Amino acid sequence: MAKVKKKIKLIKIDADKCNGCRACEVVCSAFHATPKYSSSNPARSRIRVRFDPLKNVYVPVLAGPYTAAECPGRNKYMMDGREFDECAFCPASCPSRDLFKEPDSGLPLKCDMCEQEPPLEEPMCVKWCLNDALTYEEREEEVEEEEKLDDLEIGLESMIDKYGLDKVMDTMARIAISKKG
Amino acid sequence: MRYAETGYNLEVDLSKGSIERVETDPRLTELYLGGLGTNAKLLWDRVPPEVEPFSPDNLIIFSAGLLAGTPVPGANRTIVSSLSPQTLLMAYSIMGGFWAPELKQAGYDKVIVRGKAPHLVYLWINNDQVEIRDARHLQGKGALEATELIKEELKEPQAQVLTIGLAGENRVYFASIEHYNRSASRLGLGAIMGSKNLKAIAVRGTKDLNIARPAELFEQCNEVLRYIQYRLDNPILGVPPILAYIGSPQEMALHDEQWHTTSFSWGHARVRRKDFWNEERAREWSKAQEKAVERLISCYNCPLKCGAIIYQPELSTYRYMMKCYSKLTYVMAAMTDNLEFGFRIAGLAEQYGVDSFTTPQVMAFAIELYEAGILTDKDLPGFPSSNEERFFYLLERIVRREGIGDILANGVYWAARQIGRGAEAYDHNTTRKHEQMVIKLGMLNPIYYLMYATGEKGNITQIEGQIPQAPLPEEYREEFVKDWIHPPSEWAEEFKQFILEWGKDGNVFPYYPPIPLTCKLVDWQETMHYIDDCTGICAGLSSFPIKPPYHIHNLPNLISHATGMDIDEVGLWKTVRRVRNLVRANNARRGLRRKDERPPEDHWRKRFPEYEAKLQDEYYKFKGWNSEGIPAKETLNELGLDYVREDLERRGIL
Repeated sequence: MAKVKKKIKLIKIDADKCNGCRACEVVCSAFHATPKYSSSNPARSRIRVRFDPLKNVYVPVLAGPYTAAECPGRNKYMMDGREFDECAFCPASCPSRDLFKEPDSGLPLKCDMCEQEPPLEEPMCVKWCLNDALTYEEREEEVEEEEKLDDLEIGLESMIDKYGLDKVMDTMARIAISKKG
Repeated sequence: MRYAETGYNLEVDLSKGSIERVETDPRLTELYLGGLGTNAKLLWDRVPPEVEPFSPDNLIIFSAGLLAGTPVPGANRTIVSSLSPQTLLMAYSIMGGFWAPELKQAGYDKVIVRGKAPHLVYLWINNDQVEIRDARHLQGKGALEATELIKEELKEPQAQVLTIGLAGENRVYFASIEHYNRSASRLGLGAIMGSKNLKAIAVRGTKDLNIARPAELFEQCNEVLRYIQYRLDNPILGVPPILAYIGSPQEMALHDEQWHTTSFSWGHARVRRKDFWNEERAREWSKAQEKAVERLISCYNCPLKCGAIIYQPELSTYRYMMKCYSKLTYVMAAMTDNLEFGFRIAGLAEQYGVDSFTTPQVMAFAIELYEAGILTDKDLPGFPSSNEERFFYLLERIVRREGIGDILANGVYWAARQIGRGAEAYDHNTTRKHEQMVIKLGMLNPIYYLMYATGEKGNITQIEGQIPQAPLPEEYREEFVKDWIHPPSEWAEEFKQFILEWGKDGNVFPYYPPIPLTCKLVDWQETMHYIDDCTGICAGLSSFPIKPPYHIHNLPNLISHATGMDIDEVGLWKTVRRVRNLVRANNARRGLRRKDERPPEDHWRKRFPEYEAKLQDEYYKFKGWNSEGIPAKETLNELGLDYVREDLERRGIL
């Protein structure tokens, strides 16, 4: 496969600066609403602040890829005498938790760096984080070309993972018949 | 479709154990906005003046502000309304945090609670599933402890919880409702929850909240954020640091406490210590604060860091959250120089759930009575000798209503009368039976006179704002008015002149500003707060600081874009006047009269009884109230409050 230049977009997270306001969640969910900004709902956000004030734990996490499997084991982090939840830093949309799934359909959510045309200067969560817990950087890397799944395919694959191929195909067929009348 | 609001309330009757989801009338939003406005309407309609605060017929309403949960920065407040056990008038207290947005996300604007549960319960609202759950195992648990236990047993770490502590369960008249780093503290609403056997309300919501004009609202939000950044980079010149920024006073971030410690009075609002602050003290206190504060934190969708996580290993939870002035209220009332004491006792008080304005004053009052021989060792067996220890002693007895604590738990006004033997004379800092700010100044301040006299909210910080508290030094005045976009259009020039001329050529208190200008300044300050109380935008970003990001010129647009209603500056002003008059009518119906509207006698040393009476007369007229401070017939008719006029007439009040 050919090598191509790829722009790497990086959101740097400084958890020590996080004030736990969740503005990143608000603006993310509004930006990704259809039409844009027509609703807000942090449960749909692709960034979540995992926080536990009584342990002084504040960790903004960006939604990463969907995974069908749970981790075989877990890690526990201790830092500065504070214990962090075993999934605290994990970005995955996975079967072991509700995080990074659409609350109604259960479809996985993933950060897309607010890509749009024309492009934004920086993702909205970064723009709305006046405390600089989130900052944005770009760099270029050479990577191998790969075929990308589009959103529909990602969604369907996760439905198949959840319900099985047969059930999804049956349902699709039934809907198709009823829609076509 | 409804926008910014959900259009549904939850109606809960704890006596019957019933829960109903009720659609609301959108016309009420047009007339009263939301939050305080629609709360006042509900109380007017459903709680007649014969109802006692602790009666099951009393309501307690937990309302999200109209804009809470929308992307409008800092729109996150919960407005709790009921009757106060202390003032016997309408009570409303407001808190930031995360509860109101979560309630909206669950699909409700308000939770309206009546009745009384047969035993301690809590309410669990999980989107469409709402249940009343047994809370007997939470009896006596501290506010933060109960919050953690509830989240654990619901297996819902993302639930937002408001709860009372032991003080609320025991109906202490100044019990607070605690939530995360915030609390609805004033006027004893925690005791109302306690009287209904309601320990807590937990909410989790994952639904969308809709916006009417998305692109327009978003542009406005971005502008607000830009202005916030600008103000953070450009503190106001010529005022003390604590007043120079926006947000709730930045007590957790700033170490310079000269203003509070030298301008406000110590003990039971008795003495000023003008020379308290010096370099050594500044060093000591900075050290204590740095040791205690682990992280500065915020409420929902707000970049201002008004709160802090305080590390306090003596507490069962090891940490608690604090904001604003409560680090000083206990220290100053106990007349101690030890800031660490403030951090220690405030954490315990938060667990018990008591108001950090009133509680220290009640305890300082008890110490005064002891020192005067009115309370004796019989009333206070084993009373320690140091004030710090005495405060812990009294706190434990008050929240349990144990011994003398049972009387002190009713606040200074009622306790003084129950104790008798001359204790009444020590009740010197209450208005409408409620403890006021610990002010002891020289010259009468006509602006504050009117605010203390007529602000039923009871807390001056929720009435004042927008203007400096003293004339600006001359060299800063021109600069100040240059970008002062905030005053209402009609009065803008007059207010700018005021800033330029205040302090010049005999333009000093009490006869400056002249009465008509004083009325306008007071009305503006109060109106901006009432807007916030309806929208749920935090006063710290809006009505409280000088040059805030929200003002009368952008609020109508924000409300219009979010809700889809079309409201302009004139319309918003009138709507909020309607709300103000409805609150006042609720209180007039419960007996509030001019005689109750007196600031504490020794707030100012130099008093002018005739001038004060004239001030009050003119202000009542300005507000469209009669000489008793009751909204006049014409005022009520003009605002479409004919039903209020009819009721007041029928009762012989008008």
